[in-house]
Amino acid sequence: MKNAEILVQAAGIDDALQDSETAHLVLDVNKVVQSHLVPGLRIETSEEKGGIRAEIRVEDGANIVKRVHLCFGVTQPEAIQRIILNIQIGSEAGIDVLAHCVFPQAVDIEHIMDAEITVGEGSRYSYLESHVHSDDGGLKVLPKARITLGERSRFKTEFQLVRGRVGYMDIDYEAICGEESVLEMLSKISGREDDYIKIREVAFLQGKGARGYLTSRVAVRDRARAEVYNKLVATAAGARGHVDCKEIIKDQGVASAVPVVEVRHPQAHITHEAAIGSVDNKQLETLMSRGLDEDSASDLIIAGLLA
Amino acid sequence: MGILELENVSLVLNNQAILDGITLDIWEGHIHAVVGPNGAGKTTLAAVIMGLKGYEHFGGEIRFDGQSLRGMSVSDRAKAGITMGWQEPARFEGLTVRQFLNASSRNGKDSEIEEAMAQVGLRPEVYLSRAVDRTLSGGERKKVELASILVMKPRLLLLDEPDSGIDVASLENIFNALKQLKRNGATVLLITHSNAVLRQAEHAFLMCCGRQIMKGDIEKILPYFEGECIPCDHKNRPLVETEVPGL
Repeated sequence: MKNAEILVQAAGIDDALQDSETAHLVLDVNKVVQSHLVPGLRIETSEEKGGIRAEIRVEDGANIVKRVHLCFGVTQPEAIQRIILNIQIGSEAGIDVLAHCVFPQAVDIEHIMDAEITVGEGSRYSYLESHVHSDDGGLKVLPKARITLGERSRFKTEFQLVRGRVGYMDIDYEAICGEESVLEMLSKISGREDDYIKIREVAFLQGKGARGYLTSRVAVRDRARAEVYNKLVATAAGARGHVDCKEIIKDQGVASAVPVVEVRHPQAHITHEAAIGSVDNKQLETLMSRGLDEDSASDLIIAGLLA
Repeated sequence: MGILELENVSLVLNNQAILDGITLDIWEGHIHAVVGPNGAGKTTLAAVIMGLKGYEHFGGEIRFDGQSLRGMSVSDRAKAGITMGWQEPARFEGLTVRQFLNASSRNGKDSEIEEAMAQVGLRPEVYLSRAVDRTLSGGERKKVELASILVMKPRLLLLDEPDSGIDVASLENIFNALKQLKRNGATVLLITHSNAVLRQAEHAFLMCCGRQIMKGDIEKILPYFEGECIPCDHKNRPLVETEVPGL
């Protein structure tokens, strides 16, 4: 089986990629192994020393109707994958991206992503990053993104690990939000054994009426550790935002949360909530009173939180 | 002999007697009610029977089907056939109604889940994919919880304030569900201070300040509860010895 097929199968997107109206790009380590474009979308790639650069452009006024699949994977057990992404969404345009980061055999892999994302006026960009890892935990995931949102634009990102162990993960996203723009960042991650999860999400609500929502849902068990740092800074009239971090710990898991809210305009308003602790006792006892044992009840509650 | 027997059950929390010498005999297949004013110890009694955290160390004896419940976990009590419905049901972020009902069901059949939902007045096509979280009202969560109890098919249900947060139109759904449970052979112990709920029961126990002060059929308990207990000035105070008719 070819590497492209292995990755596509592991990501579970075989059927989607058969559709001629669905654009996609498949990378194995730092090489393009499959791609397909649709009108309004341009992707240019170039191999660099130790990595690959991808320029993704959505033309002004283009609305890419079907979700674009990016599959960034590594079929071998050891490798360094470095992706430099430059994403430019023109004005009054729209695109939804589903990124599959697939490392089914990872023993010693580094997945580094440096992204610069610019979303033009009145445009929409959503990016769901779905990870499939091995059960070895031999993986370092280091995604970094710098995002600029134009007037009235909408940006939504969601990060989820659907299978396997985290390994070492350091998410670092920072956004500058223009007038009347809306930013949503959501991370859902479960760590076990000696996994390490670090999330840093920062947004500057600089435009009048800009809105930002940072949400993290993390569960750690065994000896896993998690550090979540969410920061919202509002400097314009009418800026609104909310930081919401919930972490569940089990066994010897350790979690910390630092929600920072900073308001520099009297007509801006930001709220935050953070909760860290074991599984809620009332939820646990409700499920146990239906016959589930404590571990199954706890697993179901955590699965819901991360769904 | 009843399916559930409580013999001189007492509970002390923070040096205060919350339950004091409760002796009850719950007959199988009947609907019973524990009635009393706020602070009487009714919910605590349900928590002790279910074995909830913080309520495990009671005095006296509780037997279900002749077997002592002492030392049994909540799960083990549920596996034996006991379950509970909370006055304020828990919220589960991200967990759908379908997942919640599946977890409660013994066989996970869609038809049974949908039938249980219909019995409590929930349309499956509207609610199955919704999360059991704060997007549901208290009344909706109450119905979801009752549906989860119906699919579990318990032998003994402890139901705390079933009318709490429920509108008048939906109350009939709740009462019909109770009748369905009884038809299925379940025993129900209602915890209530509502006359409307009390009227659904066949037998009642009146509690005040952690003590059982009267028991009998509801025709006997209801007039006393309406006449002497409401309003009650005993809340959270030790009961002064009084002569209670019928005790």
